[in-house]
Amino acid sequence: MKSSVIIFPGSNCDRDMDVALKKFGFKNKMVWHNDNVIPKSDLVVLPGGFSYGDYLRCGSIAAKSNIINSVIEFANKGGLVIGICNGFQILIETGLVTGALLRNKYLKFICKNIFVKANKTQNKYFNKIKKDILELHIAHNDGNYFCSQDDLNSMQDNDQIAVRYCDSNGEISENSNPNGSIQNIAGVFNKKKNILGMMPHPERVIDNCLSSNDGSYFFENLLSNMK
Amino acid sequence: MKIKVIVTPKNGVLDPQGKAIQQTLNSMNFIDVSEVRQGKYFEIETDLKDEKDAKKNVEDMCKKLLANLVIEDYKIL
Repeated sequence: MKSSVIIFPGSNCDRDMDVALKKFGFKNKMVWHNDNVIPKSDLVVLPGGFSYGDYLRCGSIAAKSNIINSVIEFANKGGLVIGICNGFQILIETGLVTGALLRNKYLKFICKNIFVKANKTQNKYFNKIKKDILELHIAHNDGNYFCSQDDLNSMQDNDQIAVRYCDSNGEISENSNPNGSIQNIAGVFNKKKNILGMMPHPERVIDNCLSSNDGSYFFENLLSNMK
Repeated sequence: MKIKVIVTPKNGVLDPQGKAIQQTLNSMNFIDVSEVRQGKYFEIETDLKDEKDAKKNVEDMCKKLLANLVIEDYKIL
């Protein structure tokens, strides 16, 4: 399986994602934001970081970069696209997924492990993961997910909420909501569920020597669905 | 010609920075302050000569880049 990770000025999780994808068997290529064409890929990843220094709004400038048109084209043809953290913010700014990411409710940059419950129905990202609660990592200042009530209703009807923050027992509550996101939303799909945007970083937790190994389930599951 | 734009968070959208500023003002004895909404201000220098054309162009900029209409409103001054 071939993947491409797009590098923007200020991306800083691009290498981690490269290591993770290769560890689980992807043939990964790094793609510069100024390029116009994505190499032949089965998966495109917009990595975390601080593209363009988070100027204007996080992800807004990257969403207008040269490579984005071919990412949109790839996504519209049904290609798998993942945006992690700043990548999620970029997806939001391109309009490929619904909503907005506001400043964290308590105005703090949050960098810690959190627990999430993933939506396993009819998507290639989480469907066969055996674990119900995943321990992943977040590191962001603007991860407070927001959308209108109408959009929320329509996303719920289409089962587009991908990941929600919970505690270690799987309880989804205000106490397990690190950043004020509505409905504890940590990630969403587009309607067709080929695009996933989420704040947690699976690529940071892919080995037992790290603080968690739960990111491995994510990559293993994704790859198993692509073979 | 210079066109000025203000972008503010929509009503009902949480504005944690505005809230923090309000609380700080309150703690500084500006006890009358019940709400602060923080926005952005742009001054856009354009080569267009006609004000109507220029404002129309800036409106397009607001929709495409300067504001995120999910969470923000814009006002061309």
